[in-house]
Amino acid sequence: MTTEIDKLNQAFDAEGHPLPSENSRDAAIAHAMEAFARENPSTTQGSTDPDRLTNTGTSVFKNFFRRRSMNLNLPNLKPMMIGGASLAVLSIAILNTQYVEQQKLKSPIDLDVRDIHAAPSTMNAEVIGLPGAASANGINTPTSEPSELVAGLRGNSDDAMLADLEIDSTVSSSRIVGGKDNAGRIAQEQYASRKKEDHRVAPLGDEGAGSGIEALMRSATEAAPAIALKSTESVAAYDAYSSSTVQERSARPPSAPAIAGGMIAAESQLARARQHQTPDDLANKQVYKDQGRDKFTDITPNPVRLVHEAPVSTFSIDVDTASYAFMRASLNNGVLPQKDAVRIEELINYFPYDYAAPQDKSEPFRAHVNVMPTPWNPETKLMHIGIKGYELPKTNKPHSNLVFLIDSSGSMNAANKLPLLRNSFKLLLSTLRGDDTIAIVTYAGSAGTVLEPTPVSDKNRIIAALDQLRSGGSTAGAEGIRQAYQLAEQNFNQSGVNRVILATDGDFNVGITDHEELKSFIERKRETGVSLSVLGFGKGNYNDELMQTLAQNGNGNAAYIDSLTEARKVLVEEAGATLFTIAKDVKIQIEFNPQTVSEYRLIGYETRLLNREDFNNDKIDAGDIGAGHTVTAIYEITPSGSAGRLVDDLRYQSPAKVTTESNAQEYAFLKLRYKLPDQHTSTLITTPVTHTAEVEKVGAAPREARHATAVAAFGQLLRGGRFTGSYSYDDVIELAISAKGDDRFGYRAEFINLVRLAKSAAGMESLQR
Amino acid sequence: MRMMTDDDELAMQAGAGDAQAFRLLLERHYDRIYRVAYRFFGNRADAEDIAQDVCAALPKKLKSFAARARFTTWIYQVVVNACRDQLRSQTSRAALNKVYVEVSELVSAGERDREKQVEWLYVALDHLTPQLRETAILVLAEDLNHREAGEILGVKETTVSWRMHEMRKELKALAAADDGDHP
Repeated sequence: MTTEIDKLNQAFDAEGHPLPSENSRDAAIAHAMEAFARENPSTTQGSTDPDRLTNTGTSVFKNFFRRRSMNLNLPNLKPMMIGGASLAVLSIAILNTQYVEQQKLKSPIDLDVRDIHAAPSTMNAEVIGLPGAASANGINTPTSEPSELVAGLRGNSDDAMLADLEIDSTVSSSRIVGGKDNAGRIAQEQYASRKKEDHRVAPLGDEGAGSGIEALMRSATEAAPAIALKSTESVAAYDAYSSSTVQERSARPPSAPAIAGGMIAAESQLARARQHQTPDDLANKQVYKDQGRDKFTDITPNPVRLVHEAPVSTFSIDVDTASYAFMRASLNNGVLPQKDAVRIEELINYFPYDYAAPQDKSEPFRAHVNVMPTPWNPETKLMHIGIKGYELPKTNKPHSNLVFLIDSSGSMNAANKLPLLRNSFKLLLSTLRGDDTIAIVTYAGSAGTVLEPTPVSDKNRIIAALDQLRSGGSTAGAEGIRQAYQLAEQNFNQSGVNRVILATDGDFNVGITDHEELKSFIERKRETGVSLSVLGFGKGNYNDELMQTLAQNGNGNAAYIDSLTEARKVLVEEAGATLFTIAKDVKIQIEFNPQTVSEYRLIGYETRLLNREDFNNDKIDAGDIGAGHTVTAIYEITPSGSAGRLVDDLRYQSPAKVTTESNAQEYAFLKLRYKLPDQHTSTLITTPVTHTAEVEKVGAAPREARHATAVAAFGQLLRGGRFTGSYSYDDVIELAISAKGDDRFGYRAEFINLVRLAKSAAGMESLQR
Repeated sequence: MRMMTDDDELAMQAGAGDAQAFRLLLERHYDRIYRVAYRFFGNRADAEDIAQDVCAALPKKLKSFAARARFTTWIYQVVVNACRDQLRSQTSRAALNKVYVEVSELVSAGERDREKQVEWLYVALDHLTPQLRETAILVLAEDLNHREAGEILGVKETTVSWRMHEMRKELKALAAADDGDHP
């Protein structure tokens, strides 16, 4: 019965082993070596690698020898050949490598700058066809460093590397354990028994992985600022590097793809810290292909409004940050995010801002307003509104009644989904009090309660339940949500936090698939006092639109978790903000003074705009603010009489003058409405925005305002830069560097790196067209 | 010394920035990379392109090689994935391949039988689903056992066995269809 297979087998045999041509083989290897040199500039550049000889006249001779030795299978000829190439060359290479390593440990900043200076010179030399290694060598003259010290330090760095590798392997192993579903149903049924075995083994392995990851998280947290510092300082250097790469590409069109690869390689050095925690390159590639299936709401940027036509602007605050993490994941893959994935307010609000916090709970937040010149338009000004929520003292945390609602459908079966989710929730556990309760509900095919409400003090039970989560089946999202709310209500704590935390890739495909129905269910449940947080995982069929809808209608917040680092930010650093609402339905209304302002434009918040009359209507839902949250909104305003007006005066109508002279010092009047978490009527706060809040120069503006401005500019550039004129990524970087501050967790340094990645990605995109 | 170092060790060294180790790895594995790619596409040009791309991408990928798989397995995975991506982006290419095979048949009439077999091979491979095709390449052409093939393709050993079973059915159906065409 195997004749067909035999026939195929024989056909393969008949064909023999297809062998590559010598030329293509040598070309491919030379090509790869170039890529290698680009990927490892610190260890290879300037080291007069013997491989470079292939480019010179001796290559024919050398190739001959090499091929002989390979073909005759005489491996012992190889050392002779290498030796024959040049002993002197080898020894220089060794010296150089050592030197570079010493430098790397001694002073990372110096090294980066050196790399960059050296790299272009090597490349140029290649373009012209001269042996240019000499110039690179000149820079890398070996120095004498105490080698004992180096050895010690190297030991450390090896450890760090091992730790990195460890996390990689844990991620992949848990993925394998989870089981691949595309194998076909029949095969799965046949081996159900075997899968059971896997299940038994898995929790042990995962527990180890979990603790390993936690340990790593801690060390990563400590190490983060250092890495961040390094990257920022070398920003200028990378600039030089990437621009030279672009030049080279235009000079040598045929090898463009390889150089593009090299460019990504260079960027990946910046991104590597993060990429270690995301799945391997292969998975990334898959993700990139799938990008088109991620769903986002279309956003039309807010237009410029005339003050005398529409003097009032109203919007709800937004504390979501999902867009930032999504953008970061895209940029780390070397592609610009889809325009609609960029919600500028979420980018801005991703960062904690150091605004002065209110002193006590009765005044849940404080607003800060200032006016500064617009960096991208000399004719306009930016009005920056910053709000800081009351920070709960650590000792005074309310009791939490949490229900984890976990999507365990087949689509969650990827290293950056279920395993990451598991570890994220374990991180969250560490921040909770012993008497807080946790329940777990899954939904996949049939929804089910995996863990009845359990006190956090019984940590082992919770962890075991998390570890037993396995993916499979389709997503019955709605039924899961129903059960989760039911559990939260059963266990309702009048004075505490009652929250359902939904973790999913957003792929609801069974049960209530009508999003409107789901939305209205969540809206109804909001009245019961149970709020909803949505954590988005994975990429490929990420349904951002639905996630946003759910979070916005469920009195909640949405975050996108792409790595353990992000999980730490959302669930540990900002656990207070994520879990404890201090004010709800926070709305902002600004009335501009037509005497001083002729046009205005709200940057971002497109999905959060409210009607003017909604402001005073307490029935209208709006965003909630968590403990310690900061929310920032920026208006670009055109002062009256400015040359930068975009809208001309009308011929037949002239704007009515209504203001009195006494208000001439005011730009606008800021009104804020909020409800305390247990109240149903809102409280109003008002502040006039006067000239006293204005600074003359961008540099004189508060640091936090400058950073928010840099992020706003970046978001607008990613969305096409309709209003930003000639403002470039470089300008963003400059502004962001000036506003970095002490940046305790490295978020701002990371931002600067992302701008850099965006610049490269944009450059590549324009070339691919 | 170097020549005796095993692949996994070399891969780790290359990942850490050792250019010599990397070169040695390329020397050892280029032919394999090319061969697998050739089997996927049935022509030299595509195979060369893929092999070159794979090699150029290796320096970056090696950084994430953590000896969790054997290097040989890992490199198979890399190649198979590159081929899958390429196949996805150029389905119309299959038609070209057939023309290529026909032309080459005319040129080398002397080796008619062998050529015919090879022609049938690529027609048959084209006929299979991508999943079965890559399984065939690894199991039949690369002589890997089902467990190894499963590891490379990211499926269970038994899935591979099941695919081989499916493949037999497919080929049989193909043979029946051919007979129908030429009674």
